[in-house]
This record gives sequence, C-alpha cells and structure tokens, in this order.
Amino acid sequence: MWDYSDKVKDHFFRPRNVGEIENPDAVGEVGSLACGDALKLMLKLDTAERIIDVKFKTFGCGSAIASASALTEMIIGKTLDQAAKITDNDIAEYLDGLPEQKMHCSVMGREALEAAIANYRGLKIEKPVEEGTIVCKCFGVTDNKIAHEVREHKLNTIEQVTNYCKAGGGCQSCHPQIQAIIDEVWHKEKEKAMIEASRKPVKRLTNIQKMKLVQETIEKVIRPTLKFDGGDIELIDIDGDRVMVSFRGSCSECPSSKVTLKSTVEAKLRELVTDTIIVEEVVS
Amino acid sequence: MKVVYTDNNATTKVATEVVDAMTPYFTEYYGNPSSMHTFGGQVAKKIDFARQQIAELIGANPDEIVFTSCGTESDNTAIWGVLRANPHKRHIVTSRVEHPAIYNLCKYLAQNGYHVTEIGVDSHGMIDLSELSDAVREDTAVVSIMYANNETGVVFPIEEIGAIVKQRGSMLHTDAVQAVGKLPINLSKSTIDLLTLSGHKLHAPKGIGALFIRKGTTFTPFIIGGHQEKNRRGGTENVPSIIGLGKACELAKKYVNEEQTRIKQLRDKLETEILKRAPDTRVNGHKASRLPNTTNLSFEFVEGEAILLLLNEKGICASSGSACTSGSLEPSHVLRAMGVPFTAVHGSVRLSLSRYNTADEIDYIIEHLPPIIRRLREISPYGRETKVKGQTSTVSARL
Repeated sequence: MWDYSDKVKDHFFRPRNVGEIENPDAVGEVGSLACGDALKLMLKLDTAERIIDVKFKTFGCGSAIASASALTEMIIGKTLDQAAKITDNDIAEYLDGLPEQKMHCSVMGREALEAAIANYRGLKIEKPVEEGTIVCKCFGVTDNKIAHEVREHKLNTIEQVTNYCKAGGGCQSCHPQIQAIIDEVWHKEKEKAMIEASRKPVKRLTNIQKMKLVQETIEKVIRPTLKFDGGDIELIDIDGDRVMVSFRGSCSECPSSKVTLKSTVEAKLRELVTDTIIVEEVVS
Repeated sequence: MKVVYTDNNATTKVATEVVDAMTPYFTEYYGNPSSMHTFGGQVAKKIDFARQQIAELIGANPDEIVFTSCGTESDNTAIWGVLRANPHKRHIVTSRVEHPAIYNLCKYLAQNGYHVTEIGVDSHGMIDLSELSDAVREDTAVVSIMYANNETGVVFPIEEIGAIVKQRGSMLHTDAVQAVGKLPINLSKSTIDLLTLSGHKLHAPKGIGALFIRKGTTFTPFIIGGHQEKNRRGGTENVPSIIGLGKACELAKKYVNEEQTRIKQLRDKLETEILKRAPDTRVNGHKASRLPNTTNLSFEFVEGEAILLLLNEKGICASSGSACTSGSLEPSHVLRAMGVPFTAVHGSVRLSLSRYNTADEIDYIIEHLPPIIRRLREISPYGRETKVKGQTSTVSARL
C-alpha cells in the first residue's frame, strides 16, 4: 500500500472540481487508457485571462486523482501567466509530498495545464520536450522528454526516471539507453559548469591552481568523453603550459589519436584552463 | 474497523488449530531434530508425522516431500535441481502466465545460456496444448507449468500436459501453490514429477513451503549444507512451521470439499451480483476451469489502485493487476498474455475467498463495490455516457 499523505487522501476521497465545463475556453488532455492514466482539464477564463472556473476528469490511481484535484485548487483565481509558472514539484508540495514512485502523477497535472494554455492561445499544442526519438516503447517516452526530466528534477538513476515519466517501467529493455541519457546530461552539465567557472573574470592562475584545473579537466571532462569510445588517457606530467599525456585503451592503437590529441584534449584544456596550453603525447 | 479479507490468493489467516499445534515447538520442544539426545530426537519424529500429513493431502509418499522456506524456494529447487542433474539438456518449457518465482527464474536462465520456450494462453487464460506439444524437444530438461493461476484462478489440464511431457521423455514440474488445499490432488496417479506448495496459502504460516520430488527423479540439491531432508535441502529444519504446515494440510484435507461447495457458491454469488450491478464489467479467465475461490473482474474505464483504496476504506481487502499496484508500472503480465484490452486491464480487481469468509461478508462486498465503480466512472473521462443530464459535477458534493 502506498504511503500517501493526509492531504493526498483528502483530495482522493473528496476530489474538488470534478466534472466538465460547457463551452470551456481552454481544454488540455494528456495520457491515455493504455498508459494507465489520463487527465482532461477544462478552464473558463475572464477577459483578463484569469481562471474563473476549472473542472477535471481523471482516469488513474489515487495520486493521479489527488494531483488533478489539487491542481484545480491551485490555479483557480490565477491568470494564465501565473498558472503557467506552476511546476510538478509545486503540485507535489501542495499535497505534502507524493511517494517518489508516483511523481509522474504531478507531471501529468503540469502537462495538462500546459496543454490547456497552449490550446487557449491557439498554439498548436507545443511539445518541444516530446519531440525526439522514442526510447521507452512501452510508454512512448522520447529521449528529449527523459533528458528534460533528468535536468528538471536532477535525476541520477533509472528508477528515478521511471518515477517521474514512466520511461523504463515496462519491459525494461530501454534501461541501457536511459542510463546513457542520464550520463550524457550530467556529463554536459559538468562541462557547462566548468566553462561557466572559467568565464569568470580571469584571474592569473598560480602553478598549483593550474595543475589542479588541468587534472580536474582531464578527470571529469576528457576521460569520460574518450571512455565513450573505449579509449582513455593518463596525465604524465605538467611543465608550465606543457601538458604531457599518454593514451590508453583503444586510443593507444588508434591512428587518429593525434587528431584527438589536438581537437579534443588540447582544445578542452585551452577552453577550460588557459588558452596557452600545449599538449604533447609521451610514451610511457 | 470491520475487515473483510478477500485476498486469500495473496496470503491466508493462520488457522487457530495450526497456531495451537505450533506453539509448544517454540518453548517446550525446541530441540534440534538432528541431535543424538532424546530431547532433540523426539522432534524428528514429529517432523516425520507432519511429512505424512502433507503426503496424505496430495496422495504422495512421505519420502517424496522436502521442506523448504517458501514456494519460491521450492520452484528454484525444482528447476535448478533438474537442470544440474541433467547438464546436457539446456531447454526449458514454461508458460507466459507463471508466477514471478518461475517467470523471472526462466528469464534469468534464458539470459544465462539456457533456451526457454514460453507457451501462450488464449483469451480465457487457457494454455495452448498444441503449442506445448510442438515445444517439447529431446533436449527439454523440464516443463514447468503452473497448476492454477494466482491472478485469474484458471486451472490448467495438468495431466494432459503431463501426458505430452512423458511422451517426449521430459520432466514435469508444477507450481501448485494456489491449487493445494483448494482442489483434490492425487499424485499417486499422476504424471507430475515435481510439485511446489506453500504454507501461507493454505492457513499455515509464511516462511514454510514444500517440494514433492517423485521417487526416482534425478535431482541435485539447491541449498547445499547438512544432511537434513535426506541430503536434499541443507539447513536446520524450521520445526514449528513444519508442524504448522502438517496441521494445515490435515485441515485442508478435511475442508477441500467445502471449497467445491460452499466457497464456490459464495464466489459465484459475488461474481453474478457484481456483474449485474456494475455494467461494463467482465470476468477474466476461463469460467469453468477455475479455482472455486477466485474471481478476477475488470471494470472498464477505471483504474485498479483507486478501486482498492476505496474498498480499503470499507475494510475490504482485494488486489489488482493494474500498473499502479504492480510496483513496476506495467500491468499484470497474466492479463496482457490473455490479450485483455488496456481499457480493462488497468481496472482489474481480484477477490479470492477462503473457508473463513461468510455469506454476510459477501453481501457486504456486493453492497459496497458497485457504488465505488460508479463513483470512479463519474470522475473518469472515458466510458459510455450513461449519466443523466444534470448529475455531473456533483461528485464532490456527494462523496
């Protein structure tokens, strides 16, 4: 049995705003029978785009019904712009939390709201995050959607991804792909963070600082990149701006390792440490 | 709060007689049955008596019963025991609707060098015998097909399956966890080589199971250790639970006829009345070849977990094959194998009775379940428009 908060139970046993609106100004529908949950949200707006009435219908489990009910309470009286700022986490917090495995219920609430707003504004339901290649065939979840949830909720494991967007919750054959997406997202984020850091007003690096930064860049950025292709690199020595490295794994036999040396290793170090770096390959 | 327990395929109440039989073995007769002294040795005799009680329920020889810790251990012991004793045979035949104890074990084996053929079922959950017949080969080490399905209660024609298996010179294991105690079983006139049973499904405690291994079966132990169970399962015996399982089997033999009469009548009444009062509802599983205590109903356009939560409010315990209750987000593999449409699979509810259920309890469920379905359908965006105009949007006020 799920450990639902009292607030979830309250909204499940006494759902607010169930039903339909005649001639609604906006309708948002997400989910399907096949997925096991679906939500239809209907809004009535005044001339200032303020939500004056909202009704919903849900097919789903206890927390899906509670999330939809909570969402209606949260948005009534708000303008569309204000309502658009509501996130999945806001819905979960409003309910005093949802079990981690049920977070996708709050995601469904936010998505239905997004769909309704897009519907009102006459936009074709814009789903930038939905585009991409299907990774999870059981629930029809794309790589972009998974990457979005990973970034948005800082997810680190496949299980968490399943909790937030269902991907990987079926036959599990896509688990390696989901893991690869998680790795890629965090790998890129780390890189971004380092680039950000390096863009801060340039301080002259002391020798120790420079060495540390070279080591860190090799460990956290360059080695993971090479490992994707089965290669690896080892830092041998640092002398002023000269960085001496030795290739390992598939890189050591790769005829294009000289290119990699300049295009990847040196380029990254110049980008993240200092643009005077020169990388040399040594045999060890 | 009033509790109506109709989830007996999940686990059962331990019979008072069973508890009474077990109690002395915790504090009085706590000796180790392997000991030389009389204090311990006398316990070994009681274990032999329990072994006989179990053998009598299923028409086996006491020597053919090995105690294990649960149904899952019995299943693993049976499959690994046969595979290790016949290393040249690398093929296994099973069904698509097995309990995870066999289903996931076979998946594991398929990933680790064995060939596994899964036999499908039809829309009634009945196994395809011709498919099975085609699947069994010369190198098939074991065919493992359940006696009765835990979710739908569908009973497979195990002796017909056995006849096919024997023709091909293979071995038959059956997970009979749901069948023992609910159906009369006589292994003395059977083609079954190995049979799994579990204590907590027939009013014995959790943590005790048994495996029937027909005399003459080539077999290698799964848990290797001491000489217990005639070298077929190492580990000091779980004496109180073994005594309890023996007593539970003795009681089951006494009550097995009641399953086919009183309990079946209660189940049939429950099913008929619910179908009458809740439209767009279907029974999952073969209606004739079915355990007498089980009904699996699909309520279209609503979701199982929501039904269970509302039943729970009324003190009614049931289970569902919906995705949200499976822990994996995927709905029941059994109902999917039967081709039950998505509109129905998420709204499936299993009610499983035992001899402790009363006619009053069945009436209580008949009274409370249909309104729950109506209430959830009013919230659902799907389904037939059966509502009278003006009744919508009033759900929250009425609840």
